[in-house]
Amino acid sequence: MTSLLGKRITVVGLIVAACVFPFITSNLYMLHILTLAFIWMIAVYGLNLLAGYTGYLSLAQAGFFAIGAYSLGLLTVKAGLSYWLAFVLACVITSAIGFLVGLVALRTREHFFAIYTLCVGYIIYLVIDKWDGLTGGVRGLIGIPAPANIGPISFQNPLSQYYLILFFLLLTIFVMYRIIHSLSGRTFIAIRNSEELAQTIGISTMKAKLLAFVLSTFFAGLSGALYASFIRFLGPDIAYITVIFDLLTYLLVGGIGTLAGPIVGTFLVVTVSQSLQFLQDYRMLIFGPLLTLLIIFYPRGIAGALQDWIAKLSSKKKQTPPKQRKNGKGAYVHSQTSEKKVKEG
Amino acid sequence: MDILIQQLFNGLTIGSVYSLVALGLTLVYGILHIPNFAHGALYMLGAYVTLTTMLLWGFHYWLAIAISVLIVGLLGVLMDRLVFHPLRNAPPIHDKIAAIGILLFLEALAQIVWGADYRSMDTPYGQVINVFGVTLTMQRILINVGAISVMILLYLFLKKTFIGSTIIAMAQNREGAHLVGINTNKVAMLTFMISGGLAAIAASLSAPINLVFPGMGHLVILKAFVIIILGGMGSIPGAIIGGYIIGFSESLGATYISGEYSDIIAFVLLVVILSFKPKGLFSREGF
Repeated sequence: MTSLLGKRITVVGLIVAACVFPFITSNLYMLHILTLAFIWMIAVYGLNLLAGYTGYLSLAQAGFFAIGAYSLGLLTVKAGLSYWLAFVLACVITSAIGFLVGLVALRTREHFFAIYTLCVGYIIYLVIDKWDGLTGGVRGLIGIPAPANIGPISFQNPLSQYYLILFFLLLTIFVMYRIIHSLSGRTFIAIRNSEELAQTIGISTMKAKLLAFVLSTFFAGLSGALYASFIRFLGPDIAYITVIFDLLTYLLVGGIGTLAGPIVGTFLVVTVSQSLQFLQDYRMLIFGPLLTLLIIFYPRGIAGALQDWIAKLSSKKKQTPPKQRKNGKGAYVHSQTSEKKVKEG
Repeated sequence: MDILIQQLFNGLTIGSVYSLVALGLTLVYGILHIPNFAHGALYMLGAYVTLTTMLLWGFHYWLAIAISVLIVGLLGVLMDRLVFHPLRNAPPIHDKIAAIGILLFLEALAQIVWGADYRSMDTPYGQVINVFGVTLTMQRILINVGAISVMILLYLFLKKTFIGSTIIAMAQNREGAHLVGINTNKVAMLTFMISGGLAAIAASLSAPINLVFPGMGHLVILKAFVIIILGGMGSIPGAIIGGYIIGFSESLGATYISGEYSDIIAFVLLVVILSFKPKGLFSREGF
């Protein structure tokens, strides 16, 4: 009970900190970076749902991010739709394309799935890059409007955009929390741990996987649409493979398959790379080995390591054998260790 | 008609390079079941090492290639020891991510050491010859001859030597190979060595007709993945045939369909194949 209370206090504290942050600093650049980090967090949550909880590594996430961004851009700039209508449509279009891709992609598994989605992502990039007439090709798409006013609230200045995007991030986290702790969330975790077993106990795995895939593309589309109206310029680069590698780095540093991971990882990596500005082009010299070392020694990232550490501490305090943690995050470790035992034995 | 023959020859050349890269990838996949995303970085490094030894020490083209094969091969071994060996019992998603980490690192390293510029590689075989009205450069002929002889040598090595057959044994059944006394760790290292060497040869042969830059491995490795799925993951003949299929369809597609979209052909082909055959064209039955 106390730990639950402590958790709640941390969460409320973090939200309050995020809300008052703009008043503490008057540095607009910092605000810009943080807003951008929030946008990435939403995309990373989408990736986490699929790769972390369902166990399917989709490398097309950057492509779907770009589809969301370009849908918003094209609908507002070329079709002249009102902003919020275009915003909703961008999410719907991305999810619809995600549904169609998922329908086929999810027939494949493991490595085939990763390679299939990598190719889908590359096709999306090439189409955006080469289809000059629609997307503007390498010249990019300019003049995307900022979010339109809702009633008396205007979103023209950086501060209000910060709060708008913070609102969407909190909404994403809330929805994610509800999904993970619902029956569908458990289903996803069951599929990750063993797809055959899940099938045996009567789970329609295809349906569940498709749901996870569409949800993850939805969040990619959402963050893409926010990105488009925040940066207000789009180039084909946002669909390129490096973006998905960035997202993966955020996810892994924070902790794949944990709820706090995307926030922790994105925040840390973005702030650290800000202070390593001089390395800009070479930052992968640090992040590449970091990614590899993390996956060898801390496969569940910072959030996961912290969780294990706390669990170990509390079990030592009680002097009783560690409780089987009920949430899905524990199940991952459990299944991993037992799997290893079987292989070594 | 001349255009057709010219394009067929181009397809053969591209296909040879693709096949060599895909062979390295498929060998590693066959043994360790790792989709080695870092293979593209090995390809890129192969070209850079050849270029550097030629420019810096003025080595002959062939000697430079030999050194490049050795260095990149050893790098492959190092990769196995440091990264993939500790991860051998981890869930498959971890190997993929670790490989991506290595790829990012090696690319950034190349950018620091050699800069981001596009460079061209000189070759002692720049002559142009005419055969039956078709213009060929010596280098392109060399790529074909070189690639095909490497493939034959590899085949003989795998089929006729004892060490080669341990690789096949391990690909067929890891536990079984272990039981009959094969040192699986050594075989894994050897496989990475060969795989790196093949990437270095492919890159060094094709560099004079392309350019050398840190991102040169991206497209090639993606297409190599398409190829090994096309040919069945882990299958050696499949990788060779797949390489030539992609090579021909690209060069013909570029001429007769659209030059701009020629890079997309391979990926569309893959998406179509996997849509109907989720496990690739030929399911794997050993080598």
